Amino acid sequence: MTEIILLPKTGNFAENKDIARNIRLNELIPMLENGEDIILNFKGVEAATQSFIHALISDLFRKYGNSILDRISFKDCNEKIRKIISIVTDYMQE
Amino acid sequence: MKIHLPNSAFIGNIDSFLRSIDFSDRSRLEITANKNWISVHPVVLSMVASLGLTIGKDNIYCEPFEAKSKNYFERMGMFKILGIDSGIKIHEHEAAGRFIPLTIIRNSDELTYFITEVIPLLHLDPVQAEPIKYVISELARNVFEHSESPYGAILCAQYYPDVNRIRIGIADTGIGIKNSMRQSYSVEDDMTAIKLALVPGITGTTTKIGGTETNAGAGLFFIKSIAKVSRDFFMIYSGHSLFKLLRTPVNKNVRLFADPNKDGHSENTDLPSWQGTVVGIDITLNQNNDFTKLLDLIRKAYSEGLTERKRIRHKEAKFI
Repeated sequence: MTEIILLPKTGNFAENKDIARNIRLNELIPMLENGEDIILNFKGVEAATQSFIHALISDLFRKYGNSILDRISFKDCNEKIRKIISIVTDYMQE
Repeated sequence: MKIHLPNSAFIGNIDSFLRSIDFSDRSRLEITANKNWISVHPVVLSMVASLGLTIGKDNIYCEPFEAKSKNYFERMGMFKILGIDSGIKIHEHEAAGRFIPLTIIRNSDELTYFITEVIPLLHLDPVQAEPIKYVISELARNVFEHSESPYGAILCAQYYPDVNRIRIGIADTGIGIKNSMRQSYSVEDDMTAIKLALVPGITGTTTKIGGTETNAGAGLFFIKSIAKVSRDFFMIYSGHSLFKLLRTPVNKNVRLFADPNKDGHSENTDLPSWQGTVVGIDITLNQNNDFTKLLDLIRKAYSEGLTERKRIRHKEAKFI
């Protein structure tokens, strides 16, 4: 399991989709391609926009299917971030 | 173009102000104002500034303001952004806690700076600041990603402590919602395009439900939902059309709908044509308007909306 600490990249309000895209393209996808499982650590991130979470993970569902949720975990999310992640993971599995 | 700032123009009564704008000569902007008192929503200031930026200060004629409330427009930076010397002398009050003056945001870095450095100047509780950051982030990114405007997003906001409400206005002079949606959908008119843009999962960047890897098509739905949960107004004006979410009465339960036709709203489809998009929102910053509850409602509405769209698109096999 490789852990990605988001706070230094996103700040406490995760809204910058360019940053989300960079994390996805430069870290998440290469790690997944390398067979690694991933922990996304949201410690210290107080809020995130749905657009940010979408830009971070939606394409992973398209590339790897719903089973991506077996390979990626979300750590130290507060309730709001959990709910936003759940909204995105719900609609990406529809 | 001629624009007259009336005695009062807030989202509830903004239709007559919008109807009065004269876009006939787009090479010149003439600004006049009520001579006694002018009290307007920040979205009005964002619109005036946006129009001024498209033509430059040499083509702007602004009648000297006489109203007692003229200092407000100086403080909000309207004359400064238009490049006009208003002749109004004021003692600059610290902006903290009351307003965000007219600001141009052109790119992601400027937006991040604005969110981290400017919004805290409102000195609101984190719980209260959260929906404001959310709304401004999503709306400004819509401008960068969809409007194709070289002038960026022009926004301002005003906090009203007596009613604990913030009013936010953001405008652009880009291609407008109809042209943006037409990149992927066949839309006949501005109102159809606005309503389509409000449906979660629909974006002008693709016909795929759920959007692309970078666009979910949910931003405007979230923002409309924030206004609805706080029982406040929300408006989108683009081209000839105005969609206005009306306040939900306190004796009615708030329910979110994926289909904007189901919301209590008004429509106006024959207004003077705004080349671009204007969004205005009011948010009551009640501590009881818990963002987590809003997210529960959004999750439910999103799921119901997707189920409904699947049902509509679902085809049965033909057995002959």
